[in-house]
Order: sequence, then C-alpha cells, then structure tokens
Amino acid sequence: MSEEYTNNKIETKAVDSSSGSYAPPIEKVPAKEAPEQELYHAKSFWTKWVFSQDAKVIGVQYGLTATAIGLIGLVLSWGMRLQLGFPETFSFLGPATYYQSVTMHGMIMVIYLLTALFLGGFGNYLIPLMVGARDMVFPYVNMVSYWMFLVAVLVFISSFFVPGGPTGAGWTLYPPQAILPGTPGSEYGIVLMLISLSLFVIGFTMGGLNYVITVLQARTRGMTLMRMPLTVWGIFTATVLALLAFPALLVACIMMTLDSLLGTSFFMPDIFTMGEKLKTGGGSPILFQHLFWFFGHPEVYIVALPAFGIVSDLISVHARKNIFGCRMMVWAIVIIGALSFVVWAHHMYVSGMNPYFGFFFATTTLIIAVPTAIKVYNWVLTLWRGNIHLTIPMLFALGFIVTFVNGGITGLFLGNVIIDIPLSDTYFVVAHFHMVMGIAPLMVVFGAIYHWYPLITGRHLNQTLGKIHFWVTFVGAYAIYFPMHYLGFIGVPRRYFEMYDSPYMTSGVGLNQFITVAALIVGFTQILFLYNIFTSWYKGEKSERNPWKANSLEWHTPDYPPTHGNFGKELPVVYRWPYDFSVPGSDKEYIPQNVPPSQVPTAKVEIT
Amino acid sequence: MSKRELNIFKLLSQKPWESSQATIDNAHDGKTLGLSKANLGVRTIMVVSTVIFSLFVVSYSDRMLVHDWKSLSEPWLLLINTVILIFTSLVFHKTKILSDQNKFEKAKNGLLLVGFLTFAFITGQLLVWQHYVNLGQYASTNPANAFFYLFTALHGLHVLGGLFFWGRATTKLFQNNYSVTKIKQAIRLCSVYWHFMIIVWIVLFGLMIAT
Repeated sequence: MSEEYTNNKIETKAVDSSSGSYAPPIEKVPAKEAPEQELYHAKSFWTKWVFSQDAKVIGVQYGLTATAIGLIGLVLSWGMRLQLGFPETFSFLGPATYYQSVTMHGMIMVIYLLTALFLGGFGNYLIPLMVGARDMVFPYVNMVSYWMFLVAVLVFISSFFVPGGPTGAGWTLYPPQAILPGTPGSEYGIVLMLISLSLFVIGFTMGGLNYVITVLQARTRGMTLMRMPLTVWGIFTATVLALLAFPALLVACIMMTLDSLLGTSFFMPDIFTMGEKLKTGGGSPILFQHLFWFFGHPEVYIVALPAFGIVSDLISVHARKNIFGCRMMVWAIVIIGALSFVVWAHHMYVSGMNPYFGFFFATTTLIIAVPTAIKVYNWVLTLWRGNIHLTIPMLFALGFIVTFVNGGITGLFLGNVIIDIPLSDTYFVVAHFHMVMGIAPLMVVFGAIYHWYPLITGRHLNQTLGKIHFWVTFVGAYAIYFPMHYLGFIGVPRRYFEMYDSPYMTSGVGLNQFITVAALIVGFTQILFLYNIFTSWYKGEKSERNPWKANSLEWHTPDYPPTHGNFGKELPVVYRWPYDFSVPGSDKEYIPQNVPPSQVPTAKVEIT
Repeated sequence: MSKRELNIFKLLSQKPWESSQATIDNAHDGKTLGLSKANLGVRTIMVVSTVIFSLFVVSYSDRMLVHDWKSLSEPWLLLINTVILIFTSLVFHKTKILSDQNKFEKAKNGLLLVGFLTFAFITGQLLVWQHYVNLGQYASTNPANAFFYLFTALHGLHVLGGLFFWGRATTKLFQNNYSVTKIKQAIRLCSVYWHFMIIVWIVLFGLMIAT
C-alpha cells in the first residue's frame, strides 16, 4: 500500500495551498489517486443483458425478479382475504393451504420482495451512479450475487410443487412445529425454504460486500461521506445491518435443516406423540426465536432505512428545498441502525422470558422512537414553506410520511410489554406491521420508481395511471388496515383459518368482508401499475434530461439514460452536497453537485 | 487534510454546506480508508464469518447446559490436525515475508507447501469424521456430536473457500502471469485469512475440549 501513502502526500499539498482563503480557486482538481477501475466490457447479448456485470442491469434484474415473486405474494394474499372475508362462498382454501399461503406471503414480501428490491434493485442501480463510480468494486461477484438470488427464488418456488407443498409454519418458521408432522410441508417444504433462505443470505453477502466497499472506497473526487445523498446513506447503513444480521438467519437455518434432515436436536425439545417420546429432545425452541429475531428485527430496518433515505431525497427534490437537518438525518439513520440490534426480544414478550428481560427490551424499543421521530419532524420541516410540486413521487412520499407515523404509533403500543400481551397475536399486530413495514416502504418503492423510471428508460410513466395508482393504493391501504386495528382490539386472533361463530366476531364479519373487497381493489391497481411500467417502457412520453431538476450525480451523466461505465470519459468531480435547491443569491434554481463554485459565484451559503 | 485519521464522530459532524468545509471536501479523493478494495473485502468477509461463528458458539453454550449433553472424547488425530493447521499458518507467514521481499521463486515453494498442508488438514478432518462414524457416533446421537460435525464442516468449508483464492494466486504465480503488486497483495491477504482460520479453529476446538 506504499503507493497510496505517497499519493496521500500529494493530496495534502493540494489542500494546504487552497486553504486559508475564503473562496479559493477550487477549479484545481485533486490528483487522481487510484488508477481507474478496469471495467469488463460486454461483447455479446448474453454478457450484456443476461450474465451482465453492469450494476445498472443487475439492479433491473433484481427489480424484475423481486416484482415477479412479489406478484405471487400478492395473489396469495387475495386467497387468504377471500377465505377470511367470505369463508362460505370461497372455500377453495383448506386450512393447510391457508397456512401455506400465510407463510409464503410473509416470506416473499419481507425477504424476496422488499429486501431484494431495496438493496439489490435500488442499491445496485443507484449506488455507483450517486457516488460517481463507474461500477461496483467487484462486478463479477455482483453478478454472482444476482444469480444466487435467482436460484434462491427458484428453490423457493419449487417448494410449491413438492409432495406436501410449501411449509405452513408461518414466516417465522418456529420449531418444533415447523418440522413436525401436522404442519403442512413439514417434510420437503420446510427444507426447501431453509435452503432457499441460506442461498439468499450467501448471495446477499456477495452483493452487500459490493455495496459497502463501493460506498466506502470507490466514490468520485470531492464526494465525502457527508456529501452523499441520503439515499446512499440509507442503503449503506441497511447493508451493514444486513451483513451483521443475516448470519443469524443462516445459523438458524443451518441448524434447523440438520434437525429436519439428520434428526439432530438443536431446537427440538422433549416431545411426546402418540404416547411415545420422540427420539429427539433437549433442544431449545427459544434459542431459535432469539436467533431468528436477532436477524428479524434488524431486517425491519434493512427495509426501512433505504426507504427513509430515498424518501428524504424525493421530498427534498420535489419540494425544491434542502433537507432539513441533513446531518441529523444521517445520525438518525446510524443510531436507528445501531439500536436495531438491541431490541430483538420485543418480538418475544409472550414466549416466556424473564419479565426483567422484557423491561430492558421495552426500554430500548421506545428509545428508537427518538431518532425515528427526528426523521419524521425533519421531513415535515423540509416541506414547511417548500415549493411543493405534487408530482406522483411527491404524493407517494407524503403518503409514506402519514403511513409511517401511523404504523410507528401503533408500534409504541406494542413495544410496551403490558400493552403487547393482550394485543399479541391479534389483528392489531397484523395491522401494525403491514402499515409500518409493508405499506410505508412500498409507498417509497412506488415513489422511487416514478422518480427514477425516466433515468432508467428515458421515458415517463403514464401520469393518469400513476395518479389512479397512488390514490387507490393510499386510500385502499387505509381501508384495509384501519379496520384491522379494530378487529385486534375486539380480540380477533391472527393466523386463524376461520372464526366460525365466535362471539366476538359479530361486529367483525362485515369488517372482514369490507377489508377483503378493499384488498382485491388495491391488488388489481398494482397490476395496473405493472401494466404502466411495461407499456411506458416503449410507449411512454419521452423524458427530457433531468426531468425533476435534481442535483445528485445520477442525473448528470453524459449519456441519458446512463450507459455502460456511467460517466463517459471523465468521472465527475463533486463540489457540493446534493441539496442546493433555491440557494440564496444564486441565479440558478438548483445547483447540481458537479457544478464548481466559479460557475455560481453569487451563491451564498445556506444556513441549515 | 488527514482524512484517514478522522474518527467516525468527527466524520459525522462535518457540515458539508459550509464553505470552510467545502474547501476541505473538494480536495477529497473519495476514499474513506487507506485500504485496497480487496483488503477491505477480505476484512468484511472475516467480520461476517466471525458473526456466524460467534452465534454458533452462543448456541453451543446455550445447548450444553441441558442434561442430555454428553461430551465427545476428542481423538489424538484432532490434535495433529491442529498442529498441522498452526504449521500451515506459520509457513504462510514465511511465504508472505518472502513475497514481500520479491523472492517469488522461494514463495512458490512456500505456497505449494501451504496447499499440501491444508489439504492434509482437510483429509485429517475427514478421517476424524470417519473415526466417529465407525464408533457409531452420528450427528443425531448427541447434541455435542452434532455441534462437532457442524463446527468442523463449517470451518472446513471456510478453509476450502480460502483454498480457492490460494489456487488462483498460485496458478498466476506459476504461469508468470501476474503484476507484482497484485500478487503480493493476494499472498498477503490469503495469509491473513489463514491466520483467521487458525484462530477460529482454536476457539472452536478449545471450546469443544474444555466442555
């Protein structure tokens, strides 16, 4: 590494000569330190679009695969809703199929859709472009990461077609029931699920390696960490969380696979069935819960932090205002990330832990509300006296804020042990987590797609269809999940196949039917959205360069949409943070990150 | 600016919009750490592996408290394997020093010896497995056995992963198809990984002997 230290000296000199004066001639570009990355130049159709090493193509591949599997998750939820709303009319789901639908729906949405979309999709597409790199640092490993993900998805889907069908153990896959007869798919389904998850973790680690090292080491000149867009901060922190949390899932999966295949008893307690003791015994199911939730809670923030980052950028761009408290936003992301590792047992209040344990975890859980609230206040304060353009990305961003506050507040309820115990395993919990980690991040996904679609394809999505999509999704989501809170309060338990004539269902029957109808409508609107995506790809209105007048680097590539290598001959040099909107004294409404100070001599410093 | 000395708190308290900070930032070369990407990659992998093994150690400590735990008696072969692995690590260290001094001809021999010893270690581990299987000590016989097979298998997989990169470096060196800085770095990083593997093994083996 001697060559790096010598370069360090050159760079120090460059700084010394320029510091001291207030407005120095910054045109002096710092010496390039490392030689430019050698890119793999694809020759054939296959290496360009299929086995591609270009992060942009890989991002789109991740996005399409995740959307495809997400569609299966959506259809599964329709089946469950029809069963819950109209158990007599639509009786095509038996209890076993119902549980399998619940399990597969949960696993698809949390892991294969949201995680893959935010980190694999947006992460791959946006990180190199936003930090000013030509590609990820290990493009080949990045490609392998996608193909591992695809294999994981295929193994996952194949479990639908094995004897016994997919596992029906719930997305938490708690042993011992997950691998004991009586649970659907306890023989082959669960094993395929565990293998698929393990493959996902391995594939993700390869991708995560790329995201982290690209952000740390491959930024362009002038791009300090604090000058990165918050999107990159969110994705970066989430990736660090994922690299540390996914191993817990892997460990749990490996041990349960062995329990299931080899008859070991890592998690299998002493069990008597038909009057006989099983051969396995002595294991601890609680240990699995700890491992699972040590992964599972950071997982919530692996989905939420990229959403936080992306929505900050959407709000800033579409309100033409710098993000309020930018540093505070970064701190909040980092603090939430750190805290997310010490709250996992709030998912286990009713598992029979020591009550003092619950006290500790309730405290840490409620502390997370502080940085989260800071973020919400800062979004609202960014909007305050902003020049708000009610574009579709902005609508979705606003929808996100409302939904996230809503889901967050019910989270405060559930974070307290004493309130959680009566509400645990009721529809209140279902409503809470769908609001906070289903609808809220999805709002951001949609907003981000409407925002960056022109960058990816050079065309706009259809605006009318977009408005319909937003309003039906937004209002529909509340029509679905608000009544569920009430169902939870009157004590309707979750995971039940049918409530039959239970006394507390008298007022719930109509609500359940209402929810089902709303869910079907919202679901069909998502298909409208997919139709919009695919038709606009070749029929959509052509977008001019940088249609939203954003500052971050991805909109300022020489080719639009960006092509192989991202930045043409010369990598851009960054002179400012990405939030220079309506800068006082400047004659320009916005100043992109790569505009040197000499081109905007009158611009003053914004006080933030 | 000595950006590589910044601690994380200083870094996070920068005000990127201030002109004084802008002057400093404009001269920034875009790297956070003074490490090559391969170096950082290996470090990240080692962190992730450490998390995995730590969680296994936690699970082990939790599971061994239950009454049905029967410790395995470790055969002498396992001790020999450990010695082999330690010796491999030492040879690799020596090889790294040779390659740092540009003595690649000698380093070639070192790399070959490392490869031979590592394969010997893996074979040794498989022999231990065979020994236990012959005794009727299967993974399902006792949780201690299950952990033993699990630990050795995972450690072995990690070693095989290291051998993949060892193989790439060695092939390049023997085909004389390398740039000096890159091959030095490859050998250096592989040796670090081998040291990591011996530490992991000593922790796991020590845990299994002690309990």
